[in-house]
Amino acid sequence: MDETISIVLFSGTDDKLQSAAVLVGGAAALGKPVKILLQYWALEAFRADRIKANHGLAPEAGEAGRTAIDAAAKGGGAHWSDTMRMAKEIGEIDIQACSLSMDVLKLKQADLDSLVDGIEGVAAFLINAGDGQIVFI
Amino acid sequence: MANLDIKLKVDASGLSCPLPILKATQGIKTIESGQLMEIVATDPGSVKDFDAWSKATGNALIEQDAADGKFRFVLRRK
Repeated sequence: MDETISIVLFSGTDDKLQSAAVLVGGAAALGKPVKILLQYWALEAFRADRIKANHGLAPEAGEAGRTAIDAAAKGGGAHWSDTMRMAKEIGEIDIQACSLSMDVLKLKQADLDSLVDGIEGVAAFLINAGDGQIVFI
Repeated sequence: MANLDIKLKVDASGLSCPLPILKATQGIKTIESGQLMEIVATDPGSVKDFDAWSKATGNALIEQDAADGKFRFVLRRK
């Protein structure tokens, strides 16, 4: 069960980040290594100064979706960043910032939360993914 | 219910997926090989999750039951 799961995390809304965190947490518990490449709005959401801010929801959520998600957060659901932090303590989780997105958003690694391990380009990500699965969120 | 020598009890009640299996992964590391951990969860997905987790990690699921919306699992560390 040690096949690496590679995730391109592009979306920056809390629901999609939560979805990614569930995958990452599950993989960590099963002993599967995970490599994440943060692009664009996901990268923006990992900024140290606003990781716990309200990042909104995907457009299809609507008002009823917002209400359901808020209720879930109050009833035992952990913030996606806390789930990822816990997963990192347990498993082999590597989180890299896409260098192009860093450039576009004018970010430096010091601007990012400590969950982010480094900065890499797409070639490094693809080589590390090898023949394993790549998930896009 | 057999009288088992439970070394560690983990309460994952009220926690949603994937926190119960993450708590289990943290907990199992604190006991020795052959010792037992009991975990209680309320997440209905935990039934299939602990079955999968047990198979993937080799920590045997030796007992499980459900009552009043609570799911209880006893696992033996590999």
